[in-house]
Amino acid sequence: MSDLGYDAAHMLGAVVLLMSFALLYQRRLFSLLNVFTMQALALTATAAWQAYSHGEPHLYITALLTLVLKAILIPVALHRIIVKMKIHRTIEPALGIGLTMVAGVSLVTLSILLVLPVTADATALTRENLALSLSVVLLGLLMMISRRNAVSQVVGFMSIENGLILAAVGAAGMPLVVEMSVAFSVMVAFIIFGIFLFHIRERFDTLDMQKIESFRGESD
Amino acid sequence: MTPLLATLYQILQMLLVLALAPLLTGWVRLVKARLVGRRGPSMLQPYRDLLRLLRKEVVLARNASWLFRSVPYMMFTAIWLAAGLVPVFTTQLALAPTADLIALIALLGSARFFLALAGMDTGTSFGGIGSSREMMIAALAEPAMLMIVFSVAILVRSTSLAEIADFMMAGAVGLRISLALALIALVMVAIAENARIPIDNPATHLELTMVHEAMVLEYSGRHLALVEAASMLKLLLYMALIACVFAPWGMATAGSGVAAALGGVVVFVAKLAVGGTLLALFETSIAKMRVFRVGEFLGGALLLSLLGAIFLYVSRGV
Repeated sequence: MSDLGYDAAHMLGAVVLLMSFALLYQRRLFSLLNVFTMQALALTATAAWQAYSHGEPHLYITALLTLVLKAILIPVALHRIIVKMKIHRTIEPALGIGLTMVAGVSLVTLSILLVLPVTADATALTRENLALSLSVVLLGLLMMISRRNAVSQVVGFMSIENGLILAAVGAAGMPLVVEMSVAFSVMVAFIIFGIFLFHIRERFDTLDMQKIESFRGESD
Repeated sequence: MTPLLATLYQILQMLLVLALAPLLTGWVRLVKARLVGRRGPSMLQPYRDLLRLLRKEVVLARNASWLFRSVPYMMFTAIWLAAGLVPVFTTQLALAPTADLIALIALLGSARFFLALAGMDTGTSFGGIGSSREMMIAALAEPAMLMIVFSVAILVRSTSLAEIADFMMAGAVGLRISLALALIALVMVAIAENARIPIDNPATHLELTMVHEAMVLEYSGRHLALVEAASMLKLLLYMALIACVFAPWGMATAGSGVAAALGGVVVFVAKLAVGGTLLALFETSIAKMRVFRVGEFLGGALLLSLLGAIFLYVSRGV
């Protein structure tokens, strides 16, 4: 019943999901970035393990891309942005941390309920991987709507992309071209985000979304 | 397995946990002292403290009721019994059929209930604060604990600790998300329940944020000795519980001889040493939390255990 291939893939996927929860729990920007790096490392390990256990060498490229882009480049760049712009280092969640966590667990339940009937005849690993990656995507969305700070919204966006890669790694037969294009589009998005952050900062003198919304006349 | 041997093992276990509990506390204190660069007291210091307290006279507040006087005995008995139920070196204990996870939680819960009542009994403000905080922690920690029990019980199809240990030792279960989540949640609950940093500071006696110490502030003499011994036993109990459910290897099973049981004792002491070191490492590397963030911490434990239970239905082989 217990075979190592299944067990390890299962655990690594769970670590990625757990890191998503850890992202929701963080209150400081730098520790947020550290957790994000750890999530990327776990994702790298997942991809590398799948490449090794299923004998699919192209997944090694995915792992390498994740490692270089997500675990090294993006955290370092965000770190520099935070230091350079002298952003206030604590995060003020729009929703309380406890409520966010409850919402997170409900989202995980929702994604499991969604995935289970659809994949009734798939293998346990595929089913689980889909459930996990859908949860990571939903948690990333939750992170984007529950945080006021633009930098943590960017991290939320990046963790959505982590969920997509997790799904791609789990589903056998995702072509490399698709993965590459996803990775690079995220990179482009990141660059645009970076430029945006600087412009927002220049214009409004803050990265707090609630304050910026007042310029659109949305909040009072 | 003869009933006689099982009874002998049971008696040995009761004595063993009682003898080792102060040693474990002393070990954790020693490692913590060494980690922050102090020499620290000897590992035997908790024994000396307990003996000294036992010899001292009891000073009672004028308005203390019978409840205040009887609580230390009730609490100590409940926790000692609970610690005797968790299989530590062999699964062949005379009380094994009653060693049920839910019974264990009930024993710990009643000990806590009486201690909280005693905290309020003398009518000092500190005792009241301690009791209300303890109840706040309990209200969050117990659901998490029950959720952990449910995940493990669904997986093993039993709440009996001996059966869980046997099942885990058979190795049929493999690595599971649910078990990993349950382990993290159980460690978080154990930290909160034993009043360790970041929830409470066990090394303080006068601080506004203290929880456990605030409740027992009015105790002295042999009463205090019993309360202290009970909290040492509780620490040992949680470590034994984690070891029994998640790392039962080295325990004697059905059909193995006395030598295996003695080997189990050695392995158990080694497990405690490792657990104590890890606890000391964790405690020195983290700062104490504000009381109002305890809810978040334990809420996190509850949610993790809930996730573990949910994931049982996604993974295969349930």
